[in-house]
Amino acid sequence: MHSSLGTDAKLSRRVLQDRLFKLILVGVALGVVLLLTTIIGFVIQQGISVINWSFFTHLPQPPGASHSGILNAILGTLMLTVLASLISIPVGIWCGVAMAEHPLHPLVKWAQVSVDGIQSIPSILFGIMAYLWVVVPMGQFSAVSGAVALSMIMLPIVIRAVEEAVRRVPTTMREASLALGVSPFRTTIKVVIPCALNGILTGSLLGVSRISGETAPLLFTAFGSPFLVISIFQPVQSMPILIYNYATSPYADWQQIGWGASLVLILFCFVLSVGTRWVFKR
Amino acid sequence: MMSVPTTFRVIDLRVSIGVDAIIRGISMDFFANTVTSIMGPSGCGKTTFIRCMNRLHELVPSIQVSGDIVLFNQNIFSVNPMLIRRQVGMVFQRPNPFPTMSIFENVVAGYRLNGIRLAKSESSQIVETSLLKAGLWHEVKDSLHRKGAFLSGGQQQRLCIARALAMDPSVLLLDEPTSALDPKSTSHIEDLIAELKESVSIIMVTHNIGQASRVSDYTAFFLAGELVEYGTTQKLFTVPDDPRTEEYLSRKFG
Ligand SMILES: Nc1ncnc2c1ncn2[C@@H]1O[C@H](COP(=O)(O)OP(=O)(O)OP(=O)(O)O)[C@@H](O)[C@H]1O
Ligand SMILES: [Mg+2]
Repeated sequence: MHSSLGTDAKLSRRVLQDRLFKLILVGVALGVVLLLTTIIGFVIQQGISVINWSFFTHLPQPPGASHSGILNAILGTLMLTVLASLISIPVGIWCGVAMAEHPLHPLVKWAQVSVDGIQSIPSILFGIMAYLWVVVPMGQFSAVSGAVALSMIMLPIVIRAVEEAVRRVPTTMREASLALGVSPFRTTIKVVIPCALNGILTGSLLGVSRISGETAPLLFTAFGSPFLVISIFQPVQSMPILIYNYATSPYADWQQIGWGASLVLILFCFVLSVGTRWVFKR
Repeated sequence: MMSVPTTFRVIDLRVSIGVDAIIRGISMDFFANTVTSIMGPSGCGKTTFIRCMNRLHELVPSIQVSGDIVLFNQNIFSVNPMLIRRQVGMVFQRPNPFPTMSIFENVVAGYRLNGIRLAKSESSQIVETSLLKAGLWHEVKDSLHRKGAFLSGGQQQRLCIARALAMDPSVLLLDEPTSALDPKSTSHIEDLIAELKESVSIIMVTHNIGQASRVSDYTAFFLAGELVEYGTTQKLFTVPDDPRTEEYLSRKFG
């Protein structure tokens, strides 16, 4: 009877196990925090010295020249992101809404599996597909092809977020509208989508922050360019490609610029994710 | 009883969801400018029944309906449900104003959402009369452009009533309109219902038999998908024909 309750030795071993477990937990948590602060700290330390006004307003210069900037990469990334959003946000909203509003349709199950499937494809493959579908037919690298590649990455994120948000809209909202004699289509457009707007916005921002740092799919689509490009049919520079090129260059001042650009990109993504949360909270 | 014009005429309505028979052959007429209560124990099919009357039951995918419902000599199953729903307003158990719209926009939502254009003065007029009818005007007339979600539960429910009345329906369906509200809001809405029957016929589901006896002219008693008894409220509450009605009433009162 007494032994089934365990001996003192057994008990103290449990206590020890408990403590050890807590210690590991704290250790792991600390490790993660440390990793993040180290990376950010390192990027700030390396990059802060090159950041000044002209860094944002000038084009890249040859090694050794002063006033080198990343204006072309910032505008290029902006252009790519806007173009990709123009493709994937409307399509994603349509898809997500349709999937959420017809949960029993046999195609929806397939669509959901496909969306998950697309999400699991390594991003470089989207670059290859965009290369084959856009770059080859057009005969040159271009911002459009980069945007097509990025939009394929962004699309499943937007679809998922929109679908979730629309599903969360209470049925009572649809009923209220339908009971007023409103058609199902107008109910979706005028009642359900406005109710889900926060979630839709969040999903779109999530998608944007996801693609703004993508490098691989741009290597053989947007390609990169040292110039200020305003045509969407020309190759354009982007932040990740600039970082890649400059960080791997043999020139110390170019490497510096790479760090500066990294810092800008991190800040951009940080602001975006904080902004997303802010939108979501409202 | 027969001298009063009818609104809805329900003929041998049977409803099943999957393999479950929910409504098992109900026939009854509803009368104009009266309040009719539908009572019965939980799960007896009151909500299902009332939702057939504006065809909102069609949202349930596996539902099957037979029999007919006629509204003013028009079989509701032979026209587009949107037309029926514009003639027949509905107020739900939980207040459901549109959270993205202001009080003003909520009241004229039936027009806006249907794409019916109204002149500015016209919509102001509709908003004022509907809110007056719903007994909400004096409380909200200075905050018409605030979101409807800021109102109390009782005010939200009256906003929903105003939204339904704005479409000038000939029948108003109420599914336990006060069950989510406090006693004060409840009595406010009961008073309102009694006034409204001048201009609109009311069919109301209620769990509260005190409420049924206070506001309704006719009462129907449902049990397990069947209509047990239907008659004037006074008769049904004092000398019911069916022992099951009597038992239900005595159990509820006792
Ligand atoms: N969407 C649905 N799917 C399956 N069964 C349903 C559905 N809606 C209602 N039912 C069933 O139909 C029966 C009647 O439901 P209904 O909601 O009409 O009852 P009620 O009289 O309104 O009850 P209460 O007083 O609790 O609101 C119940 O047994 C319920 O389980
Ligand atoms: Mg019910």
